[in-house]
Amino acid sequence: MAALARKPATTIPFGYGAEAVARPNEPAWLTSKRAAARAVLAAGLPSPRVESWKYTNLQAFATQAFAMLSDGPADAPLALLKQTTIDRPSHRVVFVDGRFAPALSNVGAVPSGVTIRSLDDAISSDEFVVARRFGALADASSNAIAALNAAHGSGGVVIALARGASLTEPVHLVFIATASDRAMAFHPRVLIEAGEGSALTLIESHVSEAGAYWSNPVAEIAVARDATVRHWTLQDQARDATHLALNAVSLAQGARYESVLLAIGAGLARHEFDVAIEGEHAEVSLDGGYLIGGTQHSDHTTRIVHKVGHASTREVYKGVLDGRARGVFQGTIVVEPGADKTDAHQLSRTLMLSVGAEADAKPELMIYADDVKCSHGASSGALDPAQLFYLRSRGIGEAAARALLVEGFIAETIERIADEKVRAYFTRAAGDGLRAHGGALS
Amino acid sequence: MLEIRNLHAKVDGREILQGLDLVINAGEMHAIMGPNGSGKSTLSYVLAGRDGYEVTAGSVLFEGHDLLALKPEERARAGIFLAFQYPVEVPGVPSATFLKTAVNAVRKARGEKEYDAFEFLKLMKAKRDALGMSEDMLKRPLNVGFSGGEKKRNEVLQMALLEPRFMVLDETDSGLDVDALRVVAAGINALRRADRAMLVITHYQRLLDHVRPDVVHILSKGRIVRSGGPELALELEAKGFAGVMPGAAA
Repeated sequence: MAALARKPATTIPFGYGAEAVARPNEPAWLTSKRAAARAVLAAGLPSPRVESWKYTNLQAFATQAFAMLSDGPADAPLALLKQTTIDRPSHRVVFVDGRFAPALSNVGAVPSGVTIRSLDDAISSDEFVVARRFGALADASSNAIAALNAAHGSGGVVIALARGASLTEPVHLVFIATASDRAMAFHPRVLIEAGEGSALTLIESHVSEAGAYWSNPVAEIAVARDATVRHWTLQDQARDATHLALNAVSLAQGARYESVLLAIGAGLARHEFDVAIEGEHAEVSLDGGYLIGGTQHSDHTTRIVHKVGHASTREVYKGVLDGRARGVFQGTIVVEPGADKTDAHQLSRTLMLSVGAEADAKPELMIYADDVKCSHGASSGALDPAQLFYLRSRGIGEAAARALLVEGFIAETIERIADEKVRAYFTRAAGDGLRAHGGALS
Repeated sequence: MLEIRNLHAKVDGREILQGLDLVINAGEMHAIMGPNGSGKSTLSYVLAGRDGYEVTAGSVLFEGHDLLALKPEERARAGIFLAFQYPVEVPGVPSATFLKTAVNAVRKARGEKEYDAFEFLKLMKAKRDALGMSEDMLKRPLNVGFSGGEKKRNEVLQMALLEPRFMVLDETDSGLDVDALRVVAAGINALRRADRAMLVITHYQRLLDHVRPDVVHILSKGRIVRSGGPELALELEAKGFAGVMPGAAA
């Protein structure tokens, strides 16, 4: 009798946190959101049979054991605190091993109408508001990263700007993971509400000591009418780390959201953006740069939905791949029926520094309106020999010339950061990342 | 200073240089003129060491050393400089960063002290002022969005900063208006010295009104077919290439 071929499963079993129970002093609504997310996860994690996870396989990740967050005192190595210091004033909010660390944080005076609070503080003083925002944009029923965070999350930060409020200095969220004998899991939740006409600059740094751990941050960012949120993220974690991140964003009329992401670290990383354009004349700009080598895997999956017309999207992702690294770009742009005069452009470029590296690009424009301007492009190639020769003909050695060109390739992403000091911080991280790949570059 | 003997070179399997001989002494400026396809740019790339330009016979000695055995960066450090006909655009790399990296690479190779940021800015300012280049221009990515004239000025700026011994100027006059031509020519003349030599590759007499070569060569089909003084360029301008070929009716 011939055996029937079994269809590969669409889910991967994942036992982490199945036994978890409600935390003490947790409000009932949060317990029920956790329970709902846990029910979604009971079926397992999405396998590569699921289209949106086609290029990123969580199988090896799912077999790792992770420890739930400890309640121990949060302390951080000086080197990482220094490494994440930006040479300009900012409201610094530090998390160590997933725990808010008030002693290491430094939130300065903020104008009236602005609050920056830990999730726990926000729940105790403004529970109704938090309950309304939590999960409003990051949908645990359809998004695995959102579900993992909702099911297991235990902390985070809430930033709210009332109508017309503006923060002059950026808020810098610093997520530090320390070396541990157990692989830890962190699920921070960031809730941002930028009220009408307000302006916020948010910097996120994810850094760590060497070691295996799992970081699972989710940010929900609501940008109200005519408000602006600039969001600059540096992901520079240990090579043994897994990073599964989601930014869920909504924009009202005339709102702006500008993101620059530089992803250097983690062995397995997925950076998702889920953006809903709800109002006309909203503008979305996503820049992503990734610089990976060895066996690193860096996935950039974005979904931007134009629900109304007269709004624009600009999306540019640039990856540098060395060794046997694999870069993934999946960019979906949906233009819903009636969203006329949508202007959406997407570009993915990868620079291949070795024959063993792999780049997968899947642009996906789903256009259901007639009068739109949409484009996408994807390219992949080695360093330009003409550029290389030009630099060498000026006395610059081959290895240095290659490094200069690679830095230049990534610099175009970093240049999108409007603040000079923050740009310098990202440039330094990119330079260090490049030097870490130095052997393969020469 | 530079001795080229019986040089043959192939590009894409086609023999472009077919037995070129040329000797240039220190302190001299030579000009090479020739029609399209005669091998002018091939000669410049062979001297600078570009990949894909295969030397099949002959030799090039630079101050007695085998130039062809050196990598492009080693040639530059030894004192060879090619001003490109089409300077390459390099997005993401600021001109100033590139210049400092190049100057310090060359200085290091020559056993000289590398410049720190302050010293370099001072030096660069003096040189760019002479070429009428703005500070803003050097903050921009190398050659990106530069006009033809700006690119050529940038080539001459690099030449002034790197202080080479032997310079090849590949159609440096092309794409320049009269004013830019004057500035670029002044920049070239300022670099003339008894211990340096230059090879100017050009289509037209125009540049030679501003920089005065000691010797003019006519290149045809990969060989030098006629050499003379500056008056040869004028004769060429009057008669055209066909008119100055050996054997042409006087």
